[in-house]
Order: sequence, then C-alpha cells, then structure tokens
Amino acid sequence: MKIEERLALAKHIPDKVSHLEIISVETCRHCAKKPCLTFCPATVYHWDDGEEQITVAYEGCFECGACRLVCPHDNIAWAWPRGGFGVAYRYG
Amino acid sequence: MTTSAPAVDFQAIVVGAGPAGTAAAYTLAKAGVTCALLERGAYPGAKNVMGGVLYTEPVAEIIPEFWKTAPLERPLVQQEFWVMAPDGCISLKQQNEKMRELPYNRYSVLRAKFDPWFAKQAEEAGAYLINKTVVSELLWKHDQVVGVRTDRPQGDLYAPIVILADGVNSLLAEQAGLRNKVEPKQVALAVKEVIALPEKTIVERFNLEPDHGAAIDLYGNIAHGLAGSGFIYTNRNSISIGLGLMLDDLAQSQTKPYELLDELKSHLAVRQLIAGGEPREYMAHMIPEGGYLAMPRLYRGGVMVAGDAAMMVNGIHREGANLAMTSGRIAAETTIAALKSKDYSDHSLSAYERGLNNSYVLKDLKKYKRFPAFVSSHNQIFSLFPEILNEAAADFMTVDDETKDDKQHRIGHDIFSRLSLWQAIKMAYQGWRSVK
Repeated sequence: MKIEERLALAKHIPDKVSHLEIISVETCRHCAKKPCLTFCPATVYHWDDGEEQITVAYEGCFECGACRLVCPHDNIAWAWPRGGFGVAYRYG
Repeated sequence: MTTSAPAVDFQAIVVGAGPAGTAAAYTLAKAGVTCALLERGAYPGAKNVMGGVLYTEPVAEIIPEFWKTAPLERPLVQQEFWVMAPDGCISLKQQNEKMRELPYNRYSVLRAKFDPWFAKQAEEAGAYLINKTVVSELLWKHDQVVGVRTDRPQGDLYAPIVILADGVNSLLAEQAGLRNKVEPKQVALAVKEVIALPEKTIVERFNLEPDHGAAIDLYGNIAHGLAGSGFIYTNRNSISIGLGLMLDDLAQSQTKPYELLDELKSHLAVRQLIAGGEPREYMAHMIPEGGYLAMPRLYRGGVMVAGDAAMMVNGIHREGANLAMTSGRIAAETTIAALKSKDYSDHSLSAYERGLNNSYVLKDLKKYKRFPAFVSSHNQIFSLFPEILNEAAADFMTVDDETKDDKQHRIGHDIFSRLSLWQAIKMAYQGWRSVK
C-alpha cells in the first residue's frame, strides 16, 4: 500500500497555519543525516532540492511528537495544533 | 492588565480527556467537586491511540460493571506470544476456561470510541468537558500553580489544583519544572493500522467463539533487528495490527516505520490473518518506555501529573491505560483531601505519591525499573536470540537422513558459534536481575 493512500485514511481537520516550523533553514542544509526525512510516520518532512530546504506538510501530522525529540539540532519549533484542529482519529 | 486577585473558576482543572484525565474528572465530579476537563481534540479520543488492550479491574474500580454499557470490541480470551524471525516464527498460545467467565479480565478497544464514552460518564457525573481547547501554559502565584492559560479568547481558568494528564508529550510537565524533555531512548514510536474484516472471518481465522477475541503479542526480529515489539488484536469487525520501535534506534537506522509495518503485514504468519481486509485507518503515537527511572517529579504546589505524562507504562506487561486510570483516580482523591483541608502546597500533595506507592502503579514500575536499560543495551533479545531460536527449531523439526545425535550436536555448535555460553549466561542473569 502506498504511503499516500495510507495517510489519506486518517481524518484531519487542518488549520490554516502550521503548528510545526523549521527554526533555521540553514541548519537543515548542514544536517548530515536529516533523520526527519525517514522516521516521521506521516512523512511530514520532505527535502526540496530546488530550494534546498525542508518542506513541512503539517496537514497530515499525527502529532506524535517524535520529531521534537529526535531533531539533532533542536531545529523544529513544535506546538500543538490549535484546539479542535489536527488529526481526528475515527478508530484510534 | 488587572492586578486584582483572580477569581476561582473551578475547584480543579484536569488537562487531557484520556484515561488518566477522565478517571480523575469522574472521581472528582462524583465527590461533588466542580472540575473542568479540558481536551484539545475535537472530541475525546480524537488524538488517542493504543493497541489496544483495556484491563477490566482498574476501570471497574472507577465505574462498576462498565462492560454493560461501554463500547468494547471483544473480550480477549486467547493470548498468543510469537517469537518472530524474518522468515518464520515460534508461537505459544494460552487459553483457559476461567478466562471465559464473567467478568472478563480484558477487552480490545478502539480509543476513538471508548474515550468519548468514558468522558461522557464524567460529564454525566457533573464534570465540565471542554473540547477544542489547548492549554498553552500554567498560571502561577509564587511557587504554586493556580490555573491554566488556554488558546480560547479570555481563556485563563483558575483553580487551586491542576491535574496534568496531557499525555506522552506533556509540554506542561516540562513547563512546570517537573521533568526535562523526554529523551528518544525513553519512548517507542508505534504505528498501527485498523483493518476491516467481517465478524465471521475473524471468528474463523482466530478459531474463536462468536463473541470472543484474541490477542497476539509479537517479539523478536520484526524490524531488521531494531528493538521493538508488535501486536495483533481482534476487534468486533476489524483487526488492530501494529508495531512499536524504540525511537532512538528507529531514527538511527534510517528506516521508515510504515515500511516495517508493511513487512509485518506480509510476514508468513500474519498475511493469512489479514488477507482480504480493508485498511480503515493508519495512525502513530508515542509510548513512554523509560519506566520508573525516567518518571518526572509527580507533584508540586497546586499541580499533579498522571498517566503517560508521568511515564506510567509497564512495557513488559503492555499495561498503560490501567496505570493512567489508577493514577488519575489517586490524583483526584488527593485533590478531594486537599480541598477539604484547603492546603494545596507541595507538602499536602505529597499524598499523591504516597497513594501511588501503596498501589500497584509504583510497586510494579519500581519492580521493573532496570528493565528498560537492560533492553536498550541488549538488542540481541530482539534480533539474534529469536533468529537462533527460529533456525534451531526449523532445523530440529526437519526430518532428513542426519542422525538425531548429529543434528543436536550440530545445532548446539551453530548456536554457540554465534553466541558464547558465557555471553548467554551473563545476559540471562542480567535480564533476571532487571525484573526480579
């Protein structure tokens, strides 16, 4: 099963603004491993070759909090989505 | 900005309508305490995931005979343990007549269904459930918590006691100075899928009576040797399948958790069980695995922390929601006593920790306090051991023209060429020490 199809199964109520923010674009450029590109279960983080920066698809975030703990440079400003927004599991 | 003393809005505020928070709010409301139960999701359960096995007794202590009305999936009367290798597995199945008698010891649940029901019981008891509300910070007076700031307009709420039940990512426990940021080696990242199957198919495939259910816990090499474990639980019309991996290992390995889930789903022992099923939801959540030694300070003036927010998970016995509910109940009982004596100080709330110390919550967590460190320093448990065991079993069960003496000798030789006897004895001793 493709990850896109799998992610589409979970219901989200996305806010207009992101609850996740890359603090310094430059820091990511020098990050050798970029673990956020692999461990994130919702594939929120992507590397944009053209812009040479991480893009954040916050709309599909599961709010698991793993990126807050793992980012080797503490470069993700991590907050909860506003009340009522974000993932809304129907099974859980 | 006004400087007048804040009015008290509630006698207690509970942050988070999961098992810990709702148990606290329910207990408070039943005792006549005016309390707010704040939930950031659109509804309780919107953000919550577990395997999920719910144990009966800790819930029944709060709501007797809850099984008559709660949305439960199936009583889990069969328990299997599988030791996994990439290309095989060894399984052990436990069942017994007593487990089929009422009240059942455990049920499978889906949290997005169970949590709203549980919160509704708290509401009916008199708690004020306020959904769609994030608590952004705690409000202080001197060294004591006196309320919460929410993301609603004019969203400050005051109460002499605040109970933090805001889950594994408790930003508030950090803010309150009760804990440092959790470390990646102290949590597991779990991914899970709910796969729909007809009731009849589930009953047939798991060899069940129509209303019964099965739990399978998976250990061993299910994830390229990463420390972790998996599960397969039967719901009424669906199967919950997932795996949890220690976050530090996962991040280090550069593997994608959902690809590991795909591998698990295609494992020879798993694929027939879910064949033809329709995935309904994919989800992820973190599990606190640090145990007793990674727990925060549990209280200070005006505030207590319960459940996942306090690292209260017994990983060996896959218990979490029960510890959460019991800790929420004890936090509520401490609150009720503090309200009576009008003393919300650090000293007064130390009764919370004493209560937990006298319950299975801290007794069990203390018993296993060395286990998380043992597991993280002995990854062989999850990779080499199961692989050796699986290969030896497959070899031993294969009938060919090799004599049994030669076979035994060769298998013994194979095992000890990969793992020295001394190593095995040392690990067994350390493992036993960590749980004795």
